[in-house]
Amino acid sequence: MKLECKHVWEHISEYIDNSVDAKLREEIERHLEHCEICSAILDSTRNILILTADDRTFELPVGYSKRLHERLAKELESSKENSDDK
Amino acid sequence: MRMAETNEAGLIARILGGEKELFHELIRPYERMVYLTVFSILKNEADAEDGAQVAVISAYRHLSSFRGDAKFSTWLTTIAINEGRKRLRKAKSAAEDSIDVEVEGHEGDYSPAPLTDWREVPLEALERKELREALRGAVAELPGIYRQVFTLRDLEELNVEETARALGITANVVKVRLHRARILLQKRLVPFLKTTAPARRGFFGRAL
Repeated sequence: MKLECKHVWEHISEYIDNSVDAKLREEIERHLEHCEICSAILDSTRNILILTADDRTFELPVGYSKRLHERLAKELESSKENSDDK
Repeated sequence: MRMAETNEAGLIARILGGEKELFHELIRPYERMVYLTVFSILKNEADAEDGAQVAVISAYRHLSSFRGDAKFSTWLTTIAINEGRKRLRKAKSAAEDSIDVEVEGHEGDYSPAPLTDWREVPLEALERKELREALRGAVAELPGIYRQVFTLRDLEELNVEETARALGITANVVKVRLHRARILLQKRLVPFLKTTAPARRGFFGRAL
């Protein structure tokens, strides 16, 4: 059976996650071999995911960690006092 | 991973046993995750930072209720999601739209944008700052239900089951939302790449 592009698109996310069954995977791969459009869509989507996982894409506010641990230290301190009271 | 988990269980036991200072160490690997989770809901840096701090403190206060059957990271993510949602509800209580009505419909076009020249975009292009900015913007514009699944799966790299558990939805809904999120991002970024990519050789003239 020959897969249509639209059918490949519907499964592209699961294909990337390696969660399509073996038969469908094989059909998609056969389609990708000759379909430039689907290959490019697959590549572009994958590249977006690579970019997403890059720590530089989604950065934390400067000083976030320091402020977090300072606030946490205060909390630990006050919980210590409370447990000492008991 | 197994090593980290064993170490984590040991840390948790010691914290509960009174070595409270160790909570700093326990939380350190997840600081980024907590912030990004809250940010995916609130989309505002200052609110997300305060929400992340409160979530971490809440995790500390409720650590004794953590059961080893879930991963600590999933448990912590759930706390961060709850904190984010609580703030969102508060912020939205005056507004007319509610987060509860935000569910995926069947309408909408979730087909990717065809492009024929991506393969010619060199890998170095991914290093471009503008592209990272465009992706940040595109993720911020995703509908909330898609952005949250995308953040947990593709940014924090939780698996489908962990994501489902943290968000209180089924694995199948995770897959549908993730698929739509990825396609929407692909569509948003393709024009950006086309306009900023170097000149093409030809329509199908990609190098193999």
